[in-house]
Amino acid sequence: MAAFLEVAKLHAAYGPTRVLHGIDFSMDEGTITTLLGANGAGKTTTLRALCGMVKTQGQVSFAGERLDGKATEDIVRKGIAHVPDGRGTFVNLTTEENLRLGAYTRKDRDAVESDLERVFGYFPRLKERREQQAGTLSGGEQQMLAVSRALMLRPRLMLLDEPSFGLAPLIVRELFEILRTVNEKEKVSMLVVEQNAAMALELADHAYLIETGRVVLSGTAREIKRNDAVRRSYLGY
Amino acid sequence: MSRRQLILIAIVLLAACVLPFVVSSYRTFQLTMVLVYSIALLGLNMLTGYNGQISLGHGAFYAIGAYSAAILMDQFGWPYWATIPVAAAVCLVAGFLFGLPALRLEGLYLALATFALAVSLPALLKYHHLESWTGGVQGIVILKPEPPFDLPIDADQWLYFFTLAITVLMFWLGWNILRGRMGRAMTAIRDQHIAAEAMGIHTAMVKSMTFGISAMYTGVAGALGAITIQFVAPDSFNIFVSIVFLVGIVIGGLASISGAIYGALFIQFVPNIADAISKAAPWAIFGIFLLGFVYLMPMGVAGAVRMAVARLTRKAQNQSKS
Amino acid sequence: MEAFLHQVLAGLATGGIYASLALALVMIYQATHLVNFAQGEMAMFATYFAWSLINAGMPYWPAFLLTVVFAFFLGVVIERVIIRPVENSPVLAVVVVFIALLVILNSVTGWIFSYTIKTFPSPFPAEPIFGSYITSHQGGAIGVTLVVLLLLYLFFRFTPLGLAMRAAAQNPESARLVGIRVGWMLALGWGLAAAIGGVAGMMVAPIVFLDPNMMGGVLLYAFAAALVGGIDNPAGAVFGGFLVGVLENVLGAFVIGNELKLAVALVLIIGVLVVKPSGFFGKVLVTRV
Repeated sequence: MAAFLEVAKLHAAYGPTRVLHGIDFSMDEGTITTLLGANGAGKTTTLRALCGMVKTQGQVSFAGERLDGKATEDIVRKGIAHVPDGRGTFVNLTTEENLRLGAYTRKDRDAVESDLERVFGYFPRLKERREQQAGTLSGGEQQMLAVSRALMLRPRLMLLDEPSFGLAPLIVRELFEILRTVNEKEKVSMLVVEQNAAMALELADHAYLIETGRVVLSGTAREIKRNDAVRRSYLGY
Repeated sequence: MSRRQLILIAIVLLAACVLPFVVSSYRTFQLTMVLVYSIALLGLNMLTGYNGQISLGHGAFYAIGAYSAAILMDQFGWPYWATIPVAAAVCLVAGFLFGLPALRLEGLYLALATFALAVSLPALLKYHHLESWTGGVQGIVILKPEPPFDLPIDADQWLYFFTLAITVLMFWLGWNILRGRMGRAMTAIRDQHIAAEAMGIHTAMVKSMTFGISAMYTGVAGALGAITIQFVAPDSFNIFVSIVFLVGIVIGGLASISGAIYGALFIQFVPNIADAISKAAPWAIFGIFLLGFVYLMPMGVAGAVRMAVARLTRKAQNQSKS
Repeated sequence: MEAFLHQVLAGLATGGIYASLALALVMIYQATHLVNFAQGEMAMFATYFAWSLINAGMPYWPAFLLTVVFAFFLGVVIERVIIRPVENSPVLAVVVVFIALLVILNSVTGWIFSYTIKTFPSPFPAEPIFGSYITSHQGGAIGVTLVVLLLLYLFFRFTPLGLAMRAAAQNPESARLVGIRVGWMLALGWGLAAAIGGVAGMMVAPIVFLDPNMMGGVLLYAFAAALVGGIDNPAGAVFGGFLVGVLENVLGAFVIGNELKLAVALVLIIGVLVVKPSGFFGKVLVTRV
């Protein structure tokens, strides 16, 4: 049986520089998987490759359909929402405009309105700042906005690129709890790229370790947490 | 410079020296203008290609150089060869002085300022209070220089060699400037303005000097052009001169010395070709040529040549390996 | 005093035309960081289209509307066919493409329609209906400009498509991530800009008469107006347009005469820019090192 998301022999390059040298992994529907690795390992590139933002070779299948070679705008319409590193906020637009853009491809007006309210339920601070220019929000709030914008798509799969970056640990904990809730209540599958291995392994069900463009270790989050090499290199003890 | 490059240059120079004896007088005149334009384009390329300051107004410096030469020859009886250094000096100062306030302007704003300069100059040259100097709308006519020492060549050929000598000198000078400290400072400012400043490069000084040197080159070209065409008039130095110069360096290849020559060949000969293809809409044909060159060679002719050479060298290396 | 008022009002009328064209320039600049030097020629070409329709017997306002639609499609086609191939080329290469476009449009128009000057009708009556200081056409031109600007504002501020276009212009990568087809947004932007240009051309043609070179000076003033207002600020472009229009008329009538009008107006604008390099309302770009 084909997995929900299946990636096979994925190669990617920025111009002449090869970054991914044959990535293989898969995900089941409704799970949270994390991609771990040091800076420059190729984690962000993997997410970008899934979204068609970088030239690739290899196979990417989502719910039985091939994604490789498709344009980003078309991949989004399959139900994949990408929260990019750096948040990708539309800084000159208001918070609400940012959120509504998340639902740009949807045709169900009423459901969009109820989703907006639900998102404000997860992140009340965004509701307070709905008319405010998004660029003036704090780092944590912009991350919430980025996640919310992705949720406005009603995605089947959410890709998150380093959601903890630059955030205080308390905020990260808050954010990850909400992600867990969203995953359980709304059955949104998540692929989370993280440098903060400890927090990522708390959140995820499965984990893959990427080093210089290849998957070197895979397993359940619990297994990976107990792995000696990972503990020493990435968890610090 | 590698030995291969030196040999190439020697061959080109040899061919250049032989040309005026095997082509018509008119062709020699056209080739002289190619040399003139290549000096102007090298100047503009230093400013825009190497230093990143956009100028839509170099036609103005071309005009200043041309008028300097014309006025000195016509009003003060100076010999033609003596006007070149004066045109150079005048434009060096003018360019530097323009470069100073221009320091505050970047990109588009600088483009507009230089554009305004170029648009204003013909109007200024026609201004009736200055007519006694500039000859007003009618301009100034110059006599063609005769070959010295009774050399067995005609005036067109002498002018060609005179221009060629100055071109070689200017290119050699330019090559030295660009590969030295000044050149490195120029490109550093173009690529990473703030980092350059942080490294201790006096960016204001370098940028103004670059403007001055670039204007000087174009002024020298203007003087030579005036002598070659034997005529200066305000309407010959309208905004199109500046636009054509910009087109020339882009088509020829930005930040490239050889690009100046390719560009000069383009701007001298392609309008003629376009005219031959269509008398009714020659500029439309010229525009189509422009589109073709940009689509096929976005890095200019020099860039395309570079890539072709690289590909051939790689092929040769692969063959010698196997 | 009367003469001064007359010049100011006339300046507002031409200023409205500069403002429209400046707005078109800013729209394309915001989406691409490029100034479309061919904007004037595109407007001129559309105006000739209108002239052909009217000459063939079509009444003014239907011809006007049809021309706006034609200009819109012209803009879309130009973006998709001529500009798209050089999307990733160096900036100056794209500038040369704009110059090529300018030259081609100018030359082809002259070839099809000849260079003889033609008259272009005004939809407004010959008798002054807005008071004695301003011709009906000048008043009407100001009115048309304001209507166009209002419609644009409403479109960008309140429609989903307008929001998507703004998003695509500001942050193309994030726009793709929410499914916006950025390439088509760009084409749409060019279409709108061309349509605005067409309106500007039809408003200015009765004043300066129709000939292939009629938009040269107008474009220059529009460019200056956009810079004075701040090249990334649509409202600033509009302000700049009116300011430049008034300056041009007042200076031309009372200070330097028509010959040096263009040069002096430009020099003045440079003066403004030396004092305030990003224009009156432009954002001073603070970049992190």
